[in-house]
Amino acid sequence: MTTATRLPIRTEHDIVAARQHGRELAERTGFEGSELTVIATAISELARNIVQYAERGEMEFAAATGNGRRGIVIVATDEGPGIPDVERALEDGYSTSRSLGLGLPGARRLMDEFEISSTVGEGTTIKVTKWVSEPS
Amino acid sequence: MTIPILKQGGILIASVQSAVSDGDLARLEADLATRVGLERSSGVVVDVTAMDVMDSFTIRTLLEITRVNKLRGAETIIVGIQPDVAFSMVQLGLTLEGVRTALDLGEAVNMLGASHLNGHV
Repeated sequence: MTTATRLPIRTEHDIVAARQHGRELAERTGFEGSELTVIATAISELARNIVQYAERGEMEFAAATGNGRRGIVIVATDEGPGIPDVERALEDGYSTSRSLGLGLPGARRLMDEFEISSTVGEGTTIKVTKWVSEPS
Repeated sequence: MTIPILKQGGILIASVQSAVSDGDLARLEADLATRVGLERSSGVVVDVTAMDVMDSFTIRTLLEITRVNKLRGAETIIVGIQPDVAFSMVQLGLTLEGVRTALDLGEAVNMLGASHLNGHV
């Protein structure tokens, strides 16, 4: 059991550091090829969400096991403004900033599991998990 | 870290590195718009071969670069999107609708045609 690593997310450079860290952990966990890119992309979207809307937050990275499979769990936490309409924020193309509106729904599609809890005025926590594919 | 812009005949070539920051990309957009005018370039190639992650911000900036250059009279071709990156982009729901892409630099230069290479007279 590996312990979780926490990285502060404040600047655009932290976004790059977060996805590099996540990719390395994913590689050690047993992910390969395009899965590594998929995970790094999801991390990038979640980290960017923090920088863009909450200004600061943190991301926690840990290896996971479940049902005999190995995986990676990433938790993105911020104490930003929160998301008033979570359902809507998860729709493609919905954005309150000048982005493509694909960040959250995209991250959800890229990962196997996606949990979000958000309270206006308190912040947002998003937990994503991806499992190593079974060898076919 | 500023992304260098090379000039080859009438074509401008910018190679984006893997750990590029949002600010670097935004600067590239502005730099290319200026250089297109200064160099009288009618073609721009943005090489993303080294990029191992392209998220929605990256794609949005590439779309903007293409549109801005178009308004400045230059055609843009994105080259070198890696297979894994293409796969992730599709899963993410990202496309480069309306943007010309090529496998590598040579193909992009061919697509832009010899007239671009010789520059305007």
